[in-house]
Amino acid sequence: MENGAQELSEDERDTGRADGSPEEPAAPPVAVAVTGLVKSYPARRARRGRAATEAVRATDRVDLSIRAGEVFGLLGPNGAGKSTLVRQLTGLLRPDTGRIEVLGHDLVRHPDRASRLLAYLGQESSALDELTVSLAIETTARLRGRDAEHARKETSAVMAELGLGSFADRALRRLSGGERRLACVGAALVGDRPLLVLDEPTTGMDPLARRSVWAAIDRRRREHGTTVLLVTHNVLEAEAVLDRVAVLDRGRVIACDTPGGLKAVVGDDVRLDLVWRSEPPLNIPEVAALREHAQRTGRRWTLRMPPEEARTAVAAVTGGAAFAALDDFTLATPSLEDVYLALGGRGEGLVRM
Amino acid sequence: MTTLSSRTAASPSEPTGVPGAPALGGRSASPAPAAAAGGRGGTGPEQPLAPRAKLWPSLGAVYRAQLSRARVARIPLLFVATFQSVGIMILMRGVVSGGLSEETGAVVAGASVLVVAFVGLNLLAQYFGALRASGGLDHYATLPVPPAAVVLGTAGAYASFTVPGVIVTAVTGCVLFQLPVTGLWVLAAVIPLSGAALAGLGALLGLLAPRPELATLCGQLGMSGALLLGVLPASSMPLALQWARDLLPSTYGVEAMIATFQPDPDWVNVLLNLAVSAAVGVVTLVLAAWAYRRAAVR
Repeated sequence: MENGAQELSEDERDTGRADGSPEEPAAPPVAVAVTGLVKSYPARRARRGRAATEAVRATDRVDLSIRAGEVFGLLGPNGAGKSTLVRQLTGLLRPDTGRIEVLGHDLVRHPDRASRLLAYLGQESSALDELTVSLAIETTARLRGRDAEHARKETSAVMAELGLGSFADRALRRLSGGERRLACVGAALVGDRPLLVLDEPTTGMDPLARRSVWAAIDRRRREHGTTVLLVTHNVLEAEAVLDRVAVLDRGRVIACDTPGGLKAVVGDDVRLDLVWRSEPPLNIPEVAALREHAQRTGRRWTLRMPPEEARTAVAAVTGGAAFAALDDFTLATPSLEDVYLALGGRGEGLVRM
Repeated sequence: MTTLSSRTAASPSEPTGVPGAPALGGRSASPAPAAAAGGRGGTGPEQPLAPRAKLWPSLGAVYRAQLSRARVARIPLLFVATFQSVGIMILMRGVVSGGLSEETGAVVAGASVLVVAFVGLNLLAQYFGALRASGGLDHYATLPVPPAAVVLGTAGAYASFTVPGVIVTAVTGCVLFQLPVTGLWVLAAVIPLSGAALAGLGALLGLLAPRPELATLCGQLGMSGALLLGVLPASSMPLALQWARDLLPSTYGVEAMIATFQPDPDWVNVLLNLAVSAAVGVVTLVLAAWAYRRAAVR
């Protein structure tokens, strides 16, 4: 794919300037532009075996602009509207109103063009489950318009790149969840699409597999300027791999920035997690005082506080009787989860792993 | 992110990240403010689209992929239908004596075409019903492949799964009921044409059914119809059942096969029955391709 990002040197890209002049920052061209996107589902009356559901706006006036060569994330808990949004971007779902433009093409008017511009990795693999890994990837390449020889070559290359060689002749449904997901990522990578839309691609994968996925994506970005739209509810992964992230809550984009920029929202506060062996020792005044401010989930207390206070709290819980009752503690700088909560999002459903 | 943990005893400034999720190189570091989320600007001139997958190569790819599923799902796809049909013929042998008659022809032809109905109609309806319900159709719908290639490739593979079962059933039936095997070459036309008609119907039902259980129910009912109205001679049925029999696509394959058991087959009748199967096949497959498009994009 031809685009500005491809022509930038590493240094230029790091500063975000194409010509090196400090006055004129030249952003890469926009690859995906979404404007005023709305998708509603009507209320449904209760029927036998199914509870009534209220009318819901799954996508609520969403505006997004994703630059070419960018790894752009959609972050939010389950039900935030991430998948509904990407299904509209991939032409699988018609929006009620709004505009979606991908690489110059209006996908609301021409949803059929989506398949010729992007590769989509959905959450389901049932179409491929009974195929062997190599046949699943090769068939996908054929259905993206590759001829037989090209599809075979590309399949071998992708399998080698992702370390799928040892599973080549095994059916997807006989693999573990992470291995199956890796095979599906392989199917998404064939066909050299300039835009990859990946819905939670690394779910269930071990660290080695994740690393190979991110290396493969990074190579495509460096060599071909591939743009990536990544759906995730894993805040740590989002922080590590995304250039920019749009935070979604109840179908709305509540913030959009670099992970670092978003974390500035919560200032210097740090997060202290305390896990008690059994009952917390509330007879200790310092512990009782912390309880007031803690968000409690079972035996886990989560506190957000300035670093000074956190240091004092750590000193209190790591000494004497309190330490004996403590199973584990973690002191961490703000994560996107903290940002999410600070922005008013519902915290449940985001994972840190 | 930095962490200090009682388990890892890492220093507060030691960076830790997601296992296996290293920071990607070459990122665009421009700090985009929240307002930059706005997509008011366009994406420039239209960039070239990747080519569509052509009908025949993609049909071949889908067919090959589906056919390979027999390795994983051998028992339901290849054996169950055959055991069922052979079992029915053994049962019927207890009440129908051997030798060429209207009854023996109907039993053998009906049981043979039942294999096609079981796999092509029943199992394919279940397959597409399950694929639609689980979101598996999204995979095909986001590939530039003609709907007809997916439907025809899959239906063709399901029709192919029936070949060994139909042959085994027909030969076993001819031996059990002392019928001539010389006319069985007609299976070369009956299997693909009845296969097209029944698999087309199965695909249509599976893709139209709003819930997978309904697809299963429709597939089972269609197969039961093919069983009851196929293995019994038409002349002994009440008029209403004869009409119902005429509505079943499997009937025409059965009739074509029955005709070839005769010492002097009525070839016009055979061709006519095969032509009806072919026409039903074309109509149901076209409708199934339409149903696929409707199911894939909501």
